Amino acid sequence: MSSDTGRRTAVFVIAGVIVAGAFAYLMLGGIEDNLEYFKTPAELTQLGPEAYGKTVRLGGQVAPGSVKWDAASLDLRFRVTDGAQEIEVHSKGAPPQMFRDGMGVVVIGRYGAGKVFESKELMIRHSEEYRAPKPGERPQEMYRSLIKGEKAS
Amino acid sequence: MTRAIGASALYVSLAATVAALFLVTFGARRRKEAWLNAGYAATYLQFGLMTAATFAMIFGLVAHDFSIEYVAQVGSRATPLYYTVISLWGALEGSILFWGWVLALLTALVVFWNRSRAGNLIPYTTATMLGVGIFFQFLLVAPAFPFGAVFPVPPDGPGPNPLLQNHWLMGIHPPLLYLGYVGMTVPFAFAMGAMASGEVGDGSWIRLSRRWTLGAWAFLTAAIIAGMWWSYEVLGWGGYWAWDPVENASFMPWLTATAFLHSVMVQERRGLLKLWNLNLVVATFALTILGTFLTRSGVLSSVHAFTEGLIGYYFLVAIAITLLASFVLVAGNSERLVSFGKLEGVASRGTVFLFNNLLLTAFTFTVLVGTLFPLFAEAIRGEKVSVGEPFFNRMTIPICAALLFLMGVGPALPWKEADRATLRRKLLPPLVGAVAGLLVSVFAGARSPYAVMAFAFAAFAAVANIGEFVEGARARMRMRGESAVDALGNLLATNRRRYGGYVAHLGVVAVAVAITASSTFRAEHEATLKKGESMTVGGLQVRLEEVWGREEPQRSVIGTTVAILRDGREIARLDPRMNFYPTSQQPVPTPAVRSRPSGDIYMNLQAFAQDGTNATLRVIVEPLVPWIWAGGMIICLGALISIAPFRRQAPAVVTEPEPALASPAPVAAT
Repeated sequence: MSSDTGRRTAVFVIAGVIVAGAFAYLMLGGIEDNLEYFKTPAELTQLGPEAYGKTVRLGGQVAPGSVKWDAASLDLRFRVTDGAQEIEVHSKGAPPQMFRDGMGVVVIGRYGAGKVFESKELMIRHSEEYRAPKPGERPQEMYRSLIKGEKAS
Repeated sequence: MTRAIGASALYVSLAATVAALFLVTFGARRRKEAWLNAGYAATYLQFGLMTAATFAMIFGLVAHDFSIEYVAQVGSRATPLYYTVISLWGALEGSILFWGWVLALLTALVVFWNRSRAGNLIPYTTATMLGVGIFFQFLLVAPAFPFGAVFPVPPDGPGPNPLLQNHWLMGIHPPLLYLGYVGMTVPFAFAMGAMASGEVGDGSWIRLSRRWTLGAWAFLTAAIIAGMWWSYEVLGWGGYWAWDPVENASFMPWLTATAFLHSVMVQERRGLLKLWNLNLVVATFALTILGTFLTRSGVLSSVHAFTEGLIGYYFLVAIAITLLASFVLVAGNSERLVSFGKLEGVASRGTVFLFNNLLLTAFTFTVLVGTLFPLFAEAIRGEKVSVGEPFFNRMTIPICAALLFLMGVGPALPWKEADRATLRRKLLPPLVGAVAGLLVSVFAGARSPYAVMAFAFAAFAAVANIGEFVEGARARMRMRGESAVDALGNLLATNRRRYGGYVAHLGVVAVAVAITASSTFRAEHEATLKKGESMTVGGLQVRLEEVWGREEPQRSVIGTTVAILRDGREIARLDPRMNFYPTSQQPVPTPAVRSRPSGDIYMNLQAFAQDGTNATLRVIVEPLVPWIWAGGMIICLGALISIAPFRRQAPAVVTEPEPALASPAPVAAT
């Protein structure tokens, strides 16, 4: 192997390291900026102003009696609770059909100085376990007036 | 009875596979033809037994034999026959069984087509595949045993996961993915076989496995596109890609396999990148196992995570063994992997392939880091965290744009250093195309720099690749006096590999344009409508006609009938629905889509009043979406053209002399 090839190899290796390093720097920087932490209402409250403006995944239950839904303006307000703390959530768009008190939810959004969590996306936390519907929870019963009218698509 | 047949077939199959592995390995080492042949016979036998086990399971599912644990878990008498059959891959055990069966099939085919080839390459390749087979068959008799007994036998079962029985694509996406994933085992096995037999230097393993790699790649492409389509048709959010870990898991091996398909040409032509190509093949295989770990272990919550069991950790062990074995073999072959020759110039196709590989590798690393970061963050810092979509978009969109650009440059450049005249002649039309694409997209209203760039580069690549067809066909017309149609046909027929590649490029362009257009020019509106009320979206009027419900054997359906009007005239009626399955608290959204080549009108029922007086609808107008699915099919068509039998009259791309082939097998023909 001539020294010329050796030098070329060295140049390639150095160039490769620089490119890989720059890429890794970009990537890790980019990842830190785009992390979405899972927080409970208590954790979010504890963070205080530090939490404002960052995209967070807020997890908890829908506080009983807190849901206010205005179908005309698609405006949804409710509180998420973890038993200790509650956070006021505001969301645009229809809630999931089976949305109700006590249900587990994950809300992606930002907490602001106005102490309102602006939701970007609202997800139901599924419990994978099969649970038989309670009386009155079966769709056939809930939507009896709709289902009795057999109408083909 | 079915249970007993299936269970014993699995046990005997594992024994046959272990026996085959020993017979093939030692038969090759001690040069005992009889042992080798016995090993190959045992390979066919394990395929027969796995087939018996798989068919026993399908029979059990169809016959609603709830004494079989798996059937009791995913079956139900009310489920329609189609979804009953495909629930074979509806849960963990069945999907591993199906995987094992596909692997056994491919192993038998590799043996069948190559067994008479001299040397130890084929025995060791077979041994590698058998080794992987032992892993899956071990899972099947231990942690993922599907034929467990249930007593007392329940009268009925819960049926498959509602999300998996709501759309016919569930019968398409998983088998395609398995064929792609398992198919990647074949090039990996050939690479390991080549290193173990010391035949890695002449690259014959690459020629023998070329069709397998392309085939597996085509299946993986189709699977990814079908998965996007499924997500679009079933999840009700109007999108098709969300950088979900499960999507990433299928995308990463696709990226490395795509890199390999390109870089392997540099090795075939110039004898370079031997070690790099081996790395790509090993990485692709390891990423398929990693993908299975991510999706099956329950470490990530998703519709694909069936159980939170320990099975995932077996996959981690498999990855470790794979990497260790590859490392040992590469180290043992270091002197055979020295590259000779060099690239023919800076402005040459080889350089483009190098950049292509650099970008695809960077792409893979980005996706890998973004996918695994939450796992490490939770393990190390104990924080639950997820990586937001903006990270992936910000990192990968520039890479995609650069790849689109290279896709136009590569075909235009010759292997030898291009002179100025060639460069001008080849690159001028694509540049004109790029400017046209830029102007059209800005005129159409695109403002995001990346969107405009994507349209421009897509036009650049499209013109460059079409230009290759035009130039080749013209040359034939001039020199042989063929008609334009004949010239194009013969061009494709005589150099299928090259022009198949260009067809695939055009498919990628279609996908890129469709994705960019559907996200850039998307119009979306959500509103609550009373019966007879309407809203306006993207110039269309959408009127709620009816809210209705009906009972089906396996589910209850609440639906709406919605009229779409353009300029006051009704152009379509859609029926977005919600399906309520007895096993799930949440309804499964069932959006309705009106598809035209120009784009889709996508409608999802978000909510409805219990008395049926009103419903909340989300309507999305997305241009060109069907071209994502069509583009995927074009890519697969390109791969198919490349795989189809090669005509010998064509000047082969391979410059090295072909080794004498002992077998007339079709796979060995290239």
